[in-house]
Amino acid sequence: MGALISLVAVAAIVLLASVGASTGDGLRFVFGVILPGVAFAVFLGGIIFRVVHWAKSPVPFRIPTTTGQAKSLPWIHNNELEAPSGLPGVIGRMALEVLAFRSLFRNTRVEILPEKSKVNYIADKALWAAAMAFHWAMFIIVLRHFRFFVEPVPAWVEMLQSVDGFFQIGLPVYYGTTFLMVVGLAYLLARRFFDSKVRYISLPTDYFALYLLLGIALTGIVMRHIEKIDVVQVKAAIVGWASFQPAVPVGVGLWYFVHVTLVSALLIYFPFSKLLHAPGVFLSPTRNLANNNRVRRHINPWNPDIQGHSYAEWEDEFRDKLKASGYALEKE
Amino acid sequence: MYDASKIVVGLAVFVVLATSPLWYNALSSASPAAPELSQPTNGSTECVEETAFMRANHMDLLDQWRDTVVRDDVRTYTSEMSGKTYTMSLSDTCLDCHSKKDQFCDACHTYSAVDPYCWTCHVVPEEAQ
Repeated sequence: MGALISLVAVAAIVLLASVGASTGDGLRFVFGVILPGVAFAVFLGGIIFRVVHWAKSPVPFRIPTTTGQAKSLPWIHNNELEAPSGLPGVIGRMALEVLAFRSLFRNTRVEILPEKSKVNYIADKALWAAAMAFHWAMFIIVLRHFRFFVEPVPAWVEMLQSVDGFFQIGLPVYYGTTFLMVVGLAYLLARRFFDSKVRYISLPTDYFALYLLLGIALTGIVMRHIEKIDVVQVKAAIVGWASFQPAVPVGVGLWYFVHVTLVSALLIYFPFSKLLHAPGVFLSPTRNLANNNRVRRHINPWNPDIQGHSYAEWEDEFRDKLKASGYALEKE
Repeated sequence: MYDASKIVVGLAVFVVLATSPLWYNALSSASPAAPELSQPTNGSTECVEETAFMRANHMDLLDQWRDTVVRDDVRTYTSEMSGKTYTMSLSDTCLDCHSKKDQFCDACHTYSAVDPYCWTCHVVPEEAQ
């Protein structure tokens, strides 16, 4: 059901863009210039707002994760990357998490073996591999898109293109990342469809993000390999937009507007969705805090300011009354 | 805000990277407009196919020409637009009209960062350089 609702939502966005782009120059300006501008502003402002909002929460007590030996006695070998004792270790652990999805690499799956009537925990790297394939491919694809946004195109973009299209298959060449992104997304979607446990916990938002990203990837592939468009006009439209000299995109075709509208939808959706794990990973307490509980004293930041009242002070306060009642005082 | 200095530095890095194309264009002196292409000097007024088709699909046509010539030894192409016949040759037919490679091929390819591998086999004729 969730899968269907999301599909209808993404189809509605595609339809809206197609109708808008084929109506006239006015709506073409809206879909090709104004919408991406608004989307980009919402994306930037939304992320800043969310991160500042998160930063207003007090930093919790260190949460030592039990994945490595913390630093203790000098003759016990500690694991600096899994249980860092200071800033360099924290940076290393965070880099490993962001660049290599370290914690997802630990992913296991549960299987019940009926013939042995026991539960089995099996290492499952498929999810990790698909996530790595998708995220890295998308990152490189976004970087490759710099060729549309800037003039002159810097040398590193061309280097990235030649490495990505190393095998020179087809014309225009097929990029490795094109394949990796679609395959990665297809796996992430297929596991929500066909793994009953994952399907049970899947929400419409889970499908929506996947459909949106798949739609973006597929419209991009269509424009490059199937229904080819005039790349020079596309670049003129985008680089004009990014130089604050926007004009109605001309001669770029319907697929361009669908692609741009889906990207705009993704940018607007980003700061209000699960996709916020991108900035969020940097603020995860189990990743960004050193496991130095035993070395440094951490004072709970939301402790109330308690004024102490010692026994001696209490005795002083009620000295007369206590004395009158014959109470045995410590200090006469 | 807690750890405000780290949060602000992180957000500043994010904003600068996300808006880097805007900075780059603002600091660059290159014109964002699409390049003007040189017109044929030999009096020709039409290409082998329609201009819009050629702009988007010329690489397909060249690819098809290469395969047809190299594998099938067929060297004549009949235009779908005009029915005229052309010799399938990059150096002789294409470059005959589009005689200035740097003001025709390279203008768009440099603008959109495309690096075709035509010239790894073909020699650019003297007059087209």
